[in-house]
Amino acid sequence: MIAETGLAALWLAAGLALFQLALMVLALRSEIAVARAMRAVAAVQGVLTLIAFGALLIVFARTDLSVALVAENSHSAKPFIYKVAGAWGNHEGSMLMWVTILAAAGAFLALLSRRTSERTLIAALGAQAALALGFYAFLLIASNPFARLDPAPLEGAGLNPLLQDPGLAFHPPTLYLGYVGLSIAFSLAVGALLTGEVDSRLGRAMRPWVLAAWILLTLGITAGSYWAYYELGWGGYWFWDPVENASLMPWLAGTALLHSVTVLATRGALKAWTMMLAVIAFSMSMVGTFLVRSGILTSVHAFAIDPERGTFLLVLLGIYVGAAFALFAWRGASLKEGAPFELVSRETGLVINNLLLSVVLGIVFLGTLYPLFVEALSGEKLSVGAPYFNAVAGPLALILALLVGVGPLLAWRRERRPVLAKLKVPALIGATALAITIILAPAMPILPRLGLTVAAYLAAASILPLVGRNPSRAPLATWGMVVAHFGIAVALAGMGANAAFTSERLAVAKPGDTLGVGPWLVQLQQVTPMAGKNWTAMEGELIATRGSGPITLKPQTRYFTNPPMETNEAAIQTFWNGQLYTVIGKPDASGGWQLRLWWKPFVTLIWLGGALIALGGAIALLGRLWRRRRGEPEWRRKGYA
Amino acid sequence: MSRVIRFAPLALLALVIVALVWRLARPVDTNVHSTLEGKEVPAFALPAALPTKPGLNAADLATGKPHLVNVFASWCVPCITEVKVLGELKSRGVLIDGIAVRDRPEDLAEFLARNGDPYERIGGDAQSRVQISLGSSGVPESFVVDGEGVIRYQHIGPIEAGDVPMILARLEQAK
Repeated sequence: MIAETGLAALWLAAGLALFQLALMVLALRSEIAVARAMRAVAAVQGVLTLIAFGALLIVFARTDLSVALVAENSHSAKPFIYKVAGAWGNHEGSMLMWVTILAAAGAFLALLSRRTSERTLIAALGAQAALALGFYAFLLIASNPFARLDPAPLEGAGLNPLLQDPGLAFHPPTLYLGYVGLSIAFSLAVGALLTGEVDSRLGRAMRPWVLAAWILLTLGITAGSYWAYYELGWGGYWFWDPVENASLMPWLAGTALLHSVTVLATRGALKAWTMMLAVIAFSMSMVGTFLVRSGILTSVHAFAIDPERGTFLLVLLGIYVGAAFALFAWRGASLKEGAPFELVSRETGLVINNLLLSVVLGIVFLGTLYPLFVEALSGEKLSVGAPYFNAVAGPLALILALLVGVGPLLAWRRERRPVLAKLKVPALIGATALAITIILAPAMPILPRLGLTVAAYLAAASILPLVGRNPSRAPLATWGMVVAHFGIAVALAGMGANAAFTSERLAVAKPGDTLGVGPWLVQLQQVTPMAGKNWTAMEGELIATRGSGPITLKPQTRYFTNPPMETNEAAIQTFWNGQLYTVIGKPDASGGWQLRLWWKPFVTLIWLGGALIALGGAIALLGRLWRRRRGEPEWRRKGYA
Repeated sequence: MSRVIRFAPLALLALVIVALVWRLARPVDTNVHSTLEGKEVPAFALPAALPTKPGLNAADLATGKPHLVNVFASWCVPCITEVKVLGELKSRGVLIDGIAVRDRPEDLAEFLARNGDPYERIGGDAQSRVQISLGSSGVPESFVVDGEGVIRYQHIGPIEAGDVPMILARLEQAK
């Protein structure tokens, strides 16, 4: 019954989406007051999808094997948390989560939006309904998560052991909230293009939604990066895998949008560009979903190659992005640019930020799809990997990080003060860091060296907006910006240190053998069998010493039975100045074990930086919402994002 | 804003969609094909994988008759079903030689005792060197080698019952 309830809720929600779309068409053609009805319909639609998603969670929690999806992806002997999280560890379930977030976001827009004009809100809710309608059709026609199996099997096929990790409980939902949250910006842009009301009012309405989605996207990517780092046992935090790129592209577009929407909100400028970015950001989310779900590119994330579903998603992608681009081409000419600004101004700084982010986005997009283009044209197979992305995107990212220190110091409209003089101290700090790396590590490659230099400079430069004023009276939005920009410096320092100072040791060791890695001496004590709820394992016991007292690490190779698969459980010990990362592999014939050891100085700064960036966003969002509640006058609301 | 700029995104989108449609229509072939098809088998000499059977040399394949060279292993699960199909090919007069990859004699003997033994000769390729020199990237794979010792066809994955007529035709062509 529960599965049928979920399915019925989905059909009802689809019907309401159609109704909502029809209401919009009616309202835009003639002046009928439908705003209230549309708000109600959008809210009910959101509730219905939540009911459907709840039904899916229940059948997974109960391991109801008469539901095909449960039988294919779950197993009764699985820890409870993975039974529940397994609901979205598969194609149908994750698409249902996608649609649920889409409809819930629409409901939130309907209930919370007070800033937009009535007509633009109606148009935006219509656009949101149109988006939802396509994805309802995809679920109901091509990916029904509630299909039954008759007779029900006695046991399920189990969940991929790599997904049996707390990471599954957090990474996909956060990432999806970010991905799909961008749909609000898309719908508002489409709505405003339809009504022609692209102005600073729209910018202010759009900004909190962009900020919220961007925070979640940042968190999702950071969490995913750390998950891959410890779960896959390769010791890397970013692989330039097509699906990682698929999450990075909306983030890059979202970051650009976040900055340009501030220009729109504050100065009423960059209208066309902001609308384009809002469309592109969510389009990149759809491209990402298409890449993952069609299995079109070879990737650790591409779960199944399915041309039929891929075609369906591609059609949806073509319709939505094509329609939005066509609308832009049609209405773009009527957009009048807002307040003018001079060459040296905050606006120019944000335009440069946007250009650089867009170029990086273009590089990642091209690198991800380049193999496909080449094979289509010449039949030649090739792959594009880290060397390309690091070499091409790396320097641009460094230039961007340099400018992050400058932009916030500029005044809106025109800057007459000598701003560069303020950067003396940060520049000095950067130069000192450069000198230190040259003296201590003369052989360091150029990119990590510059990374550490820019990180040191930016760490100092990012806090300048708080210098010379009373920090307690600075707006929360300014604090948020400072924290986020400081986070960039922290992450950059982690990446530089990891690239420059990591030491790696791969060797076969017998119990009693000692290996050196970085400053550590690691001794293999013994290897013993272990058992968990649905796995057995060989567990190594390592004693690591570095001057002071010894620490014990216990890496495992786990053998899962449902489905049969081996995974490496790395044992990682975190210190203030780095991580010791250990993996145990297979035994050899002579009684030795493969050991893989890394000493990664300051690697944790990468994720700490990511978390700081998201925290900065959260502080800024809090500031915006709180200030709005207090209803401060318009002129005070100008600020940073 | 000029018309060109306004329509550029649409044009780019069309380009990307065309490429994606092409890819969907022609899914990625992740198999690694040997570049040796149409070329002579590289020189190799493998010791006997079992005390009871001779090993396999490149010269053993240029006997004037076509051979089917099967790259397999006792630890390979699809090989269990494949070896039964190979038995059927043998009963139709096909000469089958094996290359046992990273195998142990006692495991191999048990594998053949349990599933049947269609092989004339089995070479033991303890380090996968010969497998790689043939351009084979996994087990099971099979090569149709003509009487001159030239590789005529590479079959990636297990030979299934339905493949038997095709394999027989390939061997016929190689005569």
